[in-house]
Amino acid sequence: MAELTYLQAISDALRIEMRRDKRVFLIGEDVGVYGGAFKVSLGFQEEFGPWRVIDAPLAETAIVGACTGASMMGLRPVAEMQFADFVSCAWDHLVTVAAKQRWRAGTPVPIVVRLPSGGGFSGGPFHSQNPESTFAHIPGLKCVCPATPEDAKGLLISSIEDPNPVLFFEHKHLYRRIKGDVPEERYTVPIGKARTHRLGTDVSVITWGAMVYTAEEAAQQVENDGVSVEILDLRSVMPWDKAAVLDSVRKTSKVLVLHEDNRTGGFGAEIAATIAEEAFEDLDAPVKRIAAPDTPVPFSPPLEKAFIPQVDDVVAGLRDLAAY
Amino acid sequence: MAVAREAEPVGSLHEVREAGLDREDLLGVYRNMLITRGVEERGHILYRQGKIPGSFYTGRGNEAASVGVATAMAQEDVGAPLHRDMGVHITRGVEPWRIFAQYMGRADGPTRGRDGNVHMADPNLGLIAMVSHLPAMLPVAVGASLAFRIREEPRVALAWFGEGASARGDTHEGMTFAGTRKLPVVFVCDNNQWAYSTPTYLEYATEHVADRAQAYGFEGVVVDGTDVLAVYREAKRAIDKARAGGGPTLIECLTLRMEGHAVHDDAFYVPKVMFEKWAESDPLERFRTWLRTNVDMTDDEEDEIGSGVKKLLNDALQRAEGSPMPDPNDLLDGVYAAVEDLETPHHK
Repeated sequence: MAELTYLQAISDALRIEMRRDKRVFLIGEDVGVYGGAFKVSLGFQEEFGPWRVIDAPLAETAIVGACTGASMMGLRPVAEMQFADFVSCAWDHLVTVAAKQRWRAGTPVPIVVRLPSGGGFSGGPFHSQNPESTFAHIPGLKCVCPATPEDAKGLLISSIEDPNPVLFFEHKHLYRRIKGDVPEERYTVPIGKARTHRLGTDVSVITWGAMVYTAEEAAQQVENDGVSVEILDLRSVMPWDKAAVLDSVRKTSKVLVLHEDNRTGGFGAEIAATIAEEAFEDLDAPVKRIAAPDTPVPFSPPLEKAFIPQVDDVVAGLRDLAAY
Repeated sequence: MAVAREAEPVGSLHEVREAGLDREDLLGVYRNMLITRGVEERGHILYRQGKIPGSFYTGRGNEAASVGVATAMAQEDVGAPLHRDMGVHITRGVEPWRIFAQYMGRADGPTRGRDGNVHMADPNLGLIAMVSHLPAMLPVAVGASLAFRIREEPRVALAWFGEGASARGDTHEGMTFAGTRKLPVVFVCDNNQWAYSTPTYLEYATEHVADRAQAYGFEGVVVDGTDVLAVYREAKRAIDKARAGGGPTLIECLTLRMEGHAVHDDAFYVPKVMFEKWAESDPLERFRTWLRTNVDMTDDEEDEIGSGVKKLLNDALQRAEGSPMPDPNDLLDGVYAAVEDLETPHHK
């Protein structure tokens, strides 16, 4: 075991895969000489050379489209979007080409697109978004959202191994803030299996990414009031671990779905609807959602704080549910 | 002012031999062009019979361009042909009965009824299935060429697009990336002069689409797309250059789309004189005349090729009509790939 930051764990996974599998290459803007905007690939070009750590032109369509083509020829491309927000420029290649190619033409597209996502540091409307639900809606794509360094490493290795297009959402606010013990050897974490972050009996919080830590702080606060909170970290929203969610709901009978993405059509809506359909009789309170309001992500700190769900918001939600 | 090189017609039989085609090859090219047109003519009949769901698209007038380029490809090369490029599928060896099955949404079409028209490809033949969002296949083909470059394989990727799709960003991004990295890719523009109803002067402001190539750092060439031998020669030259590490080429094949955008479109907006003028250089008739003049194709040979193609298509239609409709119970299968699905010729 070594203590690594979330960012170091991602670098570690990528380095391990590139060392063991010559088919794996990294492409993106500034990933080579500069080591990536967040330095995930620092030193990679020296080790693997300019044809496996490829500095691409500022052209997300070409980057993801080229990954699709290269994957069809047997390589295992990993693309870095400099910020998750810029994946909109590659939408067509993920949604129109990569997602549908296996189903309609029988050709798998094993690519990983790494997406530094999320807010919390005044990135503004174009450097802070969490677009996972947008892609979770598209059949054929997988959406992975790790919260811990250990999961970030194991899930990135699983994503590279996966024969499908995988969007790997790396929460930027966790990059250097979150540290944890990470096994030094290669291992995988299965995509689609939730992780129980905290065991509890009164209320379940279903969440993923950076919101796991917001939920944890809130859970600690309400614990003093005698409210026992269970936190389920989904780890991926497509596929998502429906069985684990329903198990937790049946156990606590009260559920709070929490995410950093906008509320309307956020992936929490799908989770809430599924609980209503499949566990209605087990509920002792209406499902509560806490999410960002339906606005773009604001820039100025007080505005951003009002946008991203805060510990206090979650505490209030947990207290409401506990008292219901 | 034109920047691209304007290719000359093929001058002599000697030049054709130099470019790698013997008499038998030439008759084979003619046969492929006949099959290409025949498949699409039969498709029209199927459509009128109500056997093709949705719409129906053809590449009439583009037979020389598509067959000419595909003839210049090596076995190990790959390409992503579009809806005017039936000749590429035929030349690479797809069986016509599977195309008819595809048209009719049957279980034996390459997409098993999941997609229609020419949205299909056999990866075993080195082809990648197109999507409707043109020219999305350009960056994909660039990615195939990137794989060849990374592995240092002497293979080339071919990327097709139309003059209409040349307006979209995928063209610019794909060519920018391919140019900066000198990737082994050949861009083929099927310039049939009409993007649905939009004429070329509303699509681009240069004289030729190929004029842009210089700005991306490689050569552009305009060729008469009704002249199969000129197309072949230019494609061969570009493919050989890419294979040797010389980087991309943009070949613009100038034709006229001889039918509407799709079967529902009567192309009323195309001036009649334009159709009349281009009908005089029908690619099949043009090449047939050339073969009779230059390699003494005999009546017997012509009849044999013609009747062989007719029989091939009759049998293909019969076989396709016997193909079952797809089973709706299978609809959910294969949205996600399994690891064993990677056992394709390319993924290995």
